[in-house]
Amino acid sequence: MRLATTLFTSALRAASRNSSVASIAGRIVGQQAQSRAYVSSSSPPPAEGFMPGVMTSKLIKRTAEEALRNPELANTGAANGETRKMNLFQAVNDAMAIALATDETAVIFGEDVAFGGVFRCTTGLAETFGRDRVFNTPLTEQGIAGFGIGMASVGHTAIAEIQFADYIFPAFDQIVNEAAKYRYRSGGIFNVGGLTLRSPCSAVGHGAHYHSQSPEAYFAHTPGIKVVIPRGPIQAKGLLLASIRDRNPVVFFEPKILYRSAVEQVPVGDYELPLGKAEIVKKGKDVTVVGWGSQMYVLENAIQMAEKRIPGLSCELIDLRSILPWDAETIAASVNRTGRLVVAHEAPRTQGFAAEIAAEITQRCFLRLEAPVQRVCGWDTPFPLVFEKFYMPDIIRCFEGIKKVVEY
Amino acid sequence: MAQMERDYLSNFPTLSLPAAFSQPIYPKTMLRTLLSTIRRGPIIHQLRTPVLVSAIARPVRAFASTTTPLQEAPNDKRGEKVHFLGATSSYFVYEMKFIQNMEPIPTYRVMDQNGHVKVQQDELEVSKEMAVKIYKDMVTLNMMDLILYEAQRQGRISFYMTNYGEEAYMGSAAALQPEDVIFGQYREAGVLLYRGFTLDEFMNQCYSNEGDIGKGRQMPVHYGSKKHNFQTISSPLGTQIPQAAGAAYALKRAGRKNCVMCYFGEGAASEGDFHAALNMAATTKCPVIFFCHVTYDPYVTFFRSISRNNGFAISTPVIDQYKGDGIASRGIGYGIDTIRVDGNDVWAVYNATVAARKLAVEENRPVLIEAMTYRIGHHSTSDDSTKYRDRKEVERRELDNPITRLRKWLEVKGWWGEAEEGALRTDRKKEIMRSFNAAEKRKKPAVMELFTDVYDKLPPNLVEQQRELNELMEKYPEHYSTEAYAKGK
Repeated sequence: MRLATTLFTSALRAASRNSSVASIAGRIVGQQAQSRAYVSSSSPPPAEGFMPGVMTSKLIKRTAEEALRNPELANTGAANGETRKMNLFQAVNDAMAIALATDETAVIFGEDVAFGGVFRCTTGLAETFGRDRVFNTPLTEQGIAGFGIGMASVGHTAIAEIQFADYIFPAFDQIVNEAAKYRYRSGGIFNVGGLTLRSPCSAVGHGAHYHSQSPEAYFAHTPGIKVVIPRGPIQAKGLLLASIRDRNPVVFFEPKILYRSAVEQVPVGDYELPLGKAEIVKKGKDVTVVGWGSQMYVLENAIQMAEKRIPGLSCELIDLRSILPWDAETIAASVNRTGRLVVAHEAPRTQGFAAEIAAEITQRCFLRLEAPVQRVCGWDTPFPLVFEKFYMPDIIRCFEGIKKVVEY
Repeated sequence: MAQMERDYLSNFPTLSLPAAFSQPIYPKTMLRTLLSTIRRGPIIHQLRTPVLVSAIARPVRAFASTTTPLQEAPNDKRGEKVHFLGATSSYFVYEMKFIQNMEPIPTYRVMDQNGHVKVQQDELEVSKEMAVKIYKDMVTLNMMDLILYEAQRQGRISFYMTNYGEEAYMGSAAALQPEDVIFGQYREAGVLLYRGFTLDEFMNQCYSNEGDIGKGRQMPVHYGSKKHNFQTISSPLGTQIPQAAGAAYALKRAGRKNCVMCYFGEGAASEGDFHAALNMAATTKCPVIFFCHVTYDPYVTFFRSISRNNGFAISTPVIDQYKGDGIASRGIGYGIDTIRVDGNDVWAVYNATVAARKLAVEENRPVLIEAMTYRIGHHSTSDDSTKYRDRKEVERRELDNPITRLRKWLEVKGWWGEAEEGALRTDRKKEIMRSFNAAEKRKKPAVMELFTDVYDKLPPNLVEQQRELNELMEKYPEHYSTEAYAKGK
């Protein structure tokens, strides 16, 4: 069965019995220090994956001032100005703690969530909010999704966890045929807006076929659900709180490689970030570059490389954030200015979400496009183990994509 | 991951393998199992228990004999209890025996085919008012089925599914409280009828007209009603079963003294969702009643000798659906209180549901009721069951059906007679036809309802697509006639 899951679970479960949370945290910090060293050298990737650029990324907000400068945070619960250093799993944990504290009907469930989750996202929540609100389920993804739909159908808030996005497919029927159509098919008298399905996604360095997938495009073809992917702790907290409170079922994918590697100053207050809205994270005038999740850091690096090697080049970087419904307007407005578009994602190319963006933008911006839209994606293969480095739409491939649209 | 494990293992620097392991006595897989047990650390003391000693081969016995057992084995009459955490109430036996034949689960009934209550102390505490209401609703449902079935045959509605032979679940509806939440499959119109869903509402749904609560979006018989706590029916089979468990969990958390009732057929019980749901409901202690109606069908009597039930999902006889003792035997496997009832006996269904509801609401225990019935009608209007079963057999079976049995019971009681029967049938026929005609005349819902309710609000892409369709309709009015549709939005 799930080897990695078993390893995670048994190791962490045992660890939580044998040592205090503090010492686990210590070990995690130690690992991060180690991974920093790996990143800067040509050694193999660290155990928790190879994520270049997060440590030095300008997308990461390292000070409170930087974190709060975001205009989206004005008029939210983040406005009091208090921030705390959190990694992505802590931000997710923080969002769920706020969701439980502010909504008596909210519960969290899934495989192994009670002891804190295999990625620590639910640490401490069962102790704080009680076992009836944070509980383990049997190992059944279709059951978890169906159970969540049932809770939401009577007006409660269900935050369900699918341990890896790779294992969401047994729940596909419940998500696509049931959750997505619940409101429509009942004429609006019932809905499952209180349902949020969280799931770790994307590459992790050594996850191979079933601990690396990015299945967002499968869900993007399903009217009735929302699909959201954050790029860092601040985004994760705000988007997750918005997803939980949104009155539509949301599939929330968390790039697991960022769980520990992305660390920033996160507002401690209760704030939401808008769904269905892309964010321009770097202004530019020559090329529009679009990505989401962990791919944002790869793109940031590729842009740096391109701007260094092509003097005068200025790239605009956009984080799509919501895959469905997606913000075509922001992307189109950007491409109408730049005339060039590169979209990059880890998922395979054919029918990946970049195809939808390329088609829509071609339709909207045909007269402004100066080069064919470039898609830099995973190859059309299952996600491989030892070939991960060669599979990934990495810095070089993204740089090449930018170069191609510039030189066309 | 590997790093984490290494870190974790470094917490046990003194851990070394006992000498017995250094010799390659065991098959590699067994050694791996043992090693992983050791790696998990906290479970290491299990190695000292008699459990593992008996489970693995001899050389370990020496290793184990140097230690004391974790706890004294409780020796009851059945012998030594196991310490495996997966089955703590099991005990060891030294006779090798497969479990092969279990006693078939009996079928509970209150009255026989002639409406005679068999066990006197089982005489029902049922008011005349309730009994007559149940009977009237059963007859109404039956008459509505006849009319709508014909309407489909004449092409006036697109699809229909009758409830013939399965009307006794009216008894389960009567045993519930109005606030109990219902999840159905698609043959539970009787439950809605009992709760007060009007004939107009049924007809409007089947005609997909502007009076349809569902705005004409789903096929006929996919009813739903917020007012009657009846979640809207959907076509995918079995999906409602885990949903029912989740809804029940929510009711429990809300402190409401209510349960969820979930209906499904024996075919749906072959879906993975059935397994998921019963297991989840049992482990999370949900107040939910799973009501499985097994449609007994005598289509090929030859099969009888090798199968206890010959029912259908559509055309699949039960012997192709499962091999065990019905659905009820599975409930026991999930640790769920289970009963099998005569599904043609409305009072058996009623009694079982009353008791199940008590277990669910007062003790938060899921319950499984398996009602053995017989699908007298075709599966749906798209199905001709004479292709796979004998019409004469069907006619013979019709003599024992829930309606005639209840009528006999009512007559014995002196609560019903020919006069009442005649009046009821005339009256209901008039009402049904009036609703039917009115529904047929109503317009379809406004075309723009095609786009609403996908989300709570229209997202930009749907606003755009709505505009696109509007433009097309204006441009090609002769093609997109909206005469039959309501105005608006």
